[in-house]
Amino acid sequence: MITREPDYFEPPLNPFGQFGRKILLSCRGAGRALLTLAEAIVFVRFMFSRRNRHEVVYQMFVTGIKSLGVITVVGLFTGMILALQTGLELRRFGQEVNIGTAVTVSLVREMGPFMTALIIAASVGSAIAAQLGTMTVSDEIAALEVMSINPVRMLVMPRLVALAVMMPILAVYTNVLGSTGGALVGWTQLGVSLRAYYDNAIQYVTNKDLYVGLFKSVVFGIIINTVACHQGFSATEGAVGVGQATRRTVIISFLTILVCGYIITRLFYS
Amino acid sequence: MSLIRFERVSKRLGGRTVLDGLDLTVQKGETFALLGSSGSGKSVTLKHIIRLMTPDEGRVWVGGDCVSEARGRELERIRRRFGVLFQNAALLQWLTVEQNVALPLLEKTPLSEAEAFARARERLAALGLEDARNKYPADLSGGMQKRVGLARAIIMDPEIILYDEPTSGLDPVTSRTIDRLIEDLRQRLGVTSVVVTHDLHSALAIATRIGVIHQGRIVEIAAPRDFIRSRNEIVRDFLEAQYITRRGAWEESDRHET
Repeated sequence: MITREPDYFEPPLNPFGQFGRKILLSCRGAGRALLTLAEAIVFVRFMFSRRNRHEVVYQMFVTGIKSLGVITVVGLFTGMILALQTGLELRRFGQEVNIGTAVTVSLVREMGPFMTALIIAASVGSAIAAQLGTMTVSDEIAALEVMSINPVRMLVMPRLVALAVMMPILAVYTNVLGSTGGALVGWTQLGVSLRAYYDNAIQYVTNKDLYVGLFKSVVFGIIINTVACHQGFSATEGAVGVGQATRRTVIISFLTILVCGYIITRLFYS
Repeated sequence: MSLIRFERVSKRLGGRTVLDGLDLTVQKGETFALLGSSGSGKSVTLKHIIRLMTPDEGRVWVGGDCVSEARGRELERIRRRFGVLFQNAALLQWLTVEQNVALPLLEKTPLSEAEAFARARERLAALGLEDARNKYPADLSGGMQKRVGLARAIIMDPEIILYDEPTSGLDPVTSRTIDRLIEDLRQRLGVTSVVVTHDLHSALAIATRIGVIHQGRIVEIAAPRDFIRSRNEIVRDFLEAQYITRRGAWEESDRHET
């Protein structure tokens, strides 16, 4: 059951008690978020059902198509900045022709999925938390439960599928644009021909780089959805509570993406 | 025959005792109005009936089912007996009026979309909302949202309807329209209703029995005619606060009975 009774605890006796309680409540929140995720994964088998397919497609549209503008700008300029910074250093050693490798490898392995995840967490994740938070505080979630309509199946599962499918696609889009931005900077400011840039880039990017990057994107999408839905469902106290849930979604998503990004890199590259 | 029964139900929220050994029985087919001042435990009582809250002590029964201990499919089965009109209607904002009303049919019955929407339109027409069916909830007035919420609450032909402050925030004319709809539903469909309200005029107009909750306990239960004669101090305060004299209330009660 998503609808929960408000928590109340006696004030702690000292700062240690307060700190300990925060740790315990965080663990409980993480546990509830993971249970919601598990339930949503169980419902994924209904994604093509009459009731859910329209919502899944709509959420893919919101996550993918509506985010294209900002991702285009961020992807292009990320590649351009990377190319400029590494190119200026490499030129000191006469190695500027290698910017293709530097830019593309760092984008495919790390920066592409990471930058995409940050943008989606800030835009789509916060929007999910705000929508579900508003629904929670205005009793819409309670109304669904009273009608025996499972909010996880109706609201969480379509967003989970949309984020897990669209994130790798958006990450590839960011990689392509970033690499193109790097090539433009190399050509116009560092004198590296486009042919040399792409030959160099393709030579050092491996299949492993590609699939690890895509795997990271899927994990980041799942993280954003899980955090946003849990925070939305946990919202209390009207508009203020919805605002807090949205803020927490962005912060927790960023931190979890950073930590998980490191763990995945460590698992595959050490 | 009792349909809803509270057995010594206690509940603490925010460090405060909201329900304190509450005993309450609602009979089948009646409209029971639960009155009380803000924070007296009215809405908490209502939430216990549909298990949006669980008692700290005691039990809540719906027919032969203990709703306070039900889980999973059993809870789903019990909840199917209910229709609920929430205080702010709780309509899904991204669905149209028609989609909101048809939602339970689409989700919980094997009806086709055409059949579900046809039935939704039928219910909306009965509540005078046929012109609003393609609008979104945000485009409706408070009274219309309540009527849409009511249409959604009755779409599955429930046995029991719960109303949480059905007239709060509405002007007196719209409030009386909602009252008439509640009364009409009882007469036409024979449903059992529990109405949580602080609108005494409304309670006197629609209820077959009125209960007053104060500090987590029921302090008075009576039929409307006996209610206004009550010598209970809390009831008297309530009556006087809403400018209801014995004569005035009698007239109002009589008007709706005829």
